[in-house]
Amino acid sequence: MENGLSERERKHWSRTATLNWIVLLLWFVFAFVIPLNANELNAYEFLGFPLGYYMVVQGSLFAFVSLIFIQNWIQDGIDSSAGYNEE
Amino acid sequence: MTEKKFTDDLPRIYGLYTLGFLAFTGLMAVLEQFGVSAATIGVLFVGFTIVIYAVIGWLSRTMQVDAYYVAGREVPPVFNGMATAADWMSGASFVALAGGIYFGGYGYLAFVIGWTGGYVLVNSLMAPYLRKFGCYTVPDFIGTRYGGNLTRFCAVVILVVASFTYVTAQINATGTIASRVLFIPFEVGVWFGLLGILLCSMLGGMRGVTWTQVAQYIVLIIAYLVPVIWMSYAQGFGFPHFNYGEAAQRIQELEPVVGLGTAATESFPGTRILTTPHFDASDPADQWKFATLALCMMAGTASLPHILMRYFTTPTVRGARKSVAWSLFFIFLLYFTAPALATLTKLQLLDPELPTAVIGRAYEEVQSLAWIQNWSAVGFLNISDSNGDGILQLNEFFMRPDIVVLATPEIAGLPYVISGLVAAGGMAAAMSTADGLLLAIANALSHDLYYKIIDPKADTRTRLIVARILLVVIGAGGATVASLQLTGILGAVAWAFCFACSGLFFPLVLGVWWKRANRPGALAGMVFGFLAGSGYLYYVFSMGGEPIFGLDHLRFGIVGMSVSFVAMVVVTLLTEAPDAETQAMVDRTRIPTGDTILGQAH
Repeated sequence: MENGLSERERKHWSRTATLNWIVLLLWFVFAFVIPLNANELNAYEFLGFPLGYYMVVQGSLFAFVSLIFIQNWIQDGIDSSAGYNEE
Repeated sequence: MTEKKFTDDLPRIYGLYTLGFLAFTGLMAVLEQFGVSAATIGVLFVGFTIVIYAVIGWLSRTMQVDAYYVAGREVPPVFNGMATAADWMSGASFVALAGGIYFGGYGYLAFVIGWTGGYVLVNSLMAPYLRKFGCYTVPDFIGTRYGGNLTRFCAVVILVVASFTYVTAQINATGTIASRVLFIPFEVGVWFGLLGILLCSMLGGMRGVTWTQVAQYIVLIIAYLVPVIWMSYAQGFGFPHFNYGEAAQRIQELEPVVGLGTAATESFPGTRILTTPHFDASDPADQWKFATLALCMMAGTASLPHILMRYFTTPTVRGARKSVAWSLFFIFLLYFTAPALATLTKLQLLDPELPTAVIGRAYEEVQSLAWIQNWSAVGFLNISDSNGDGILQLNEFFMRPDIVVLATPEIAGLPYVISGLVAAGGMAAAMSTADGLLLAIANALSHDLYYKIIDPKADTRTRLIVARILLVVIGAGGATVASLQLTGILGAVAWAFCFACSGLFFPLVLGVWWKRANRPGALAGMVFGFLAGSGYLYYVFSMGGEPIFGLDHLRFGIVGMSVSFVAMVVVTLLTEAPDAETQAMVDRTRIPTGDTILGQAH
């Protein structure tokens, strides 16, 4: 690899970056948007919990865990389709 | 036995270990029935687990650089996840978190969101790329990506300040538990705790720490989950995590009834009454506090070297990502339990329909309860019939927040074996974090300062001996500071996160994500960010200055990070772009396969 990127590298990185932006957006929603509006969400109920409270004590945490597993699963696909396979 | 075989055998080894620990707990329960004293059981629990960790530390001894710094890069993702979870969950998470939620309500839950959401940043912005880089330490990345000893040195300084702040809190926690369980003075307990910590890390470095942390995770998670689940069934709630919604609603109904928010007419140092509602997110000022605290904790998570360096130990980049996912899963198991514990414990104390209630009961009756007497005797709890009506009111019940976890088994009337288990869990949590932190500091000093800057010709043997001497010296320094008891456990923890994100967050992130970022920019980001953050901390905490925008001493990372970002971007744009070689290096960092940027055993 001299100066500049090959087409394959460019495409791999742009897909990686796009995935990252989507993940960060969802992260922002679960980390900030939902907890800051918890009182409004408390008007609803979920599993016997007020919804806003539920999201802060369990829902968002669950979302973070899932988000990382799903991101990695998609990223593995992006890597493989660019031919970056680990032996 | 070859190394390959060893990692294949891990599930069996740790499976047997878990069974062994459960059998030991069962044995203690039997001994309790035969009349062995509570004190003896406590000593056996803490002593037995520490001996196990020390044996693992001894078996992991090594004189190889790769094994010492990055555990030979052969840790499978699930086990690295457990090790990271133990590394991560400190005495504060184990002992203080549930108590904090009990007393702090909504505002305190920012820690829960911050300390889990941060892993999304670790996974998407940092871990895979740092693993590809192939560094031994975090300053190794900064020093190589931006070039120059000065950048490396700045990163070392920030790392040492952040981690040292944190490690004193952990050694403090081990000292507190050791002194309570083993009946030794706190000052002696601190050194005893340090001895246990060094036994795990000194001989085997990262390899020893990794395998003891996995063992410590297993102990701490069992110790956290068993009492909560048992208590919940004993009180008829069923499995706690999915059934405490009603308990939370019931608390909110009871709050006006028991007179929440009525100020106390007396005060007892170190203990406090409950005044904050269980969950109230309506005040915009509280929302702002929530958001800023959560952001500091998340960015701090993604900048704390003892966490990031755990992801250098996996065999591949994909393995590093997988271990971040598993780390958060294992952390999640404890963090989504803490609010359940806080809620159920609070309800047990408040709800007059439950037999465990103390609020609203006759003062003399409460006074005669064994757990009230035990904790009052050590000054961690106080009750006083301030208004003389013979009934205990909410504003007459004073408690130290961090005893919520420790006292819960007694409040719920569980056998003492559970309290012994909880003490062993708290010890495991504090020791594992202290180990990771001490190693992060000693490695940065031995690898980056000594080997890379002072004596690049040093041979392997000398490097590893220097690393171990530093470990002992720093540990002793930490224990000395801890024995002075300057700050509470949690204050120091939040500061560590703020120091780390003030100085390191943007130089790390932009090092991967912005090819244009250069050396002067990184230097400016680290120096100005760190100075601004520290200066602000000095202003609000030591000088007693009025917080600007409500940013108090727990949130100084917001100031540090903002300055760091602006300084780094502005200085980078005003100076020359990095050379083609550096830019190509960034490109290679972004490709998940192939050789690491830094060679083997650099």
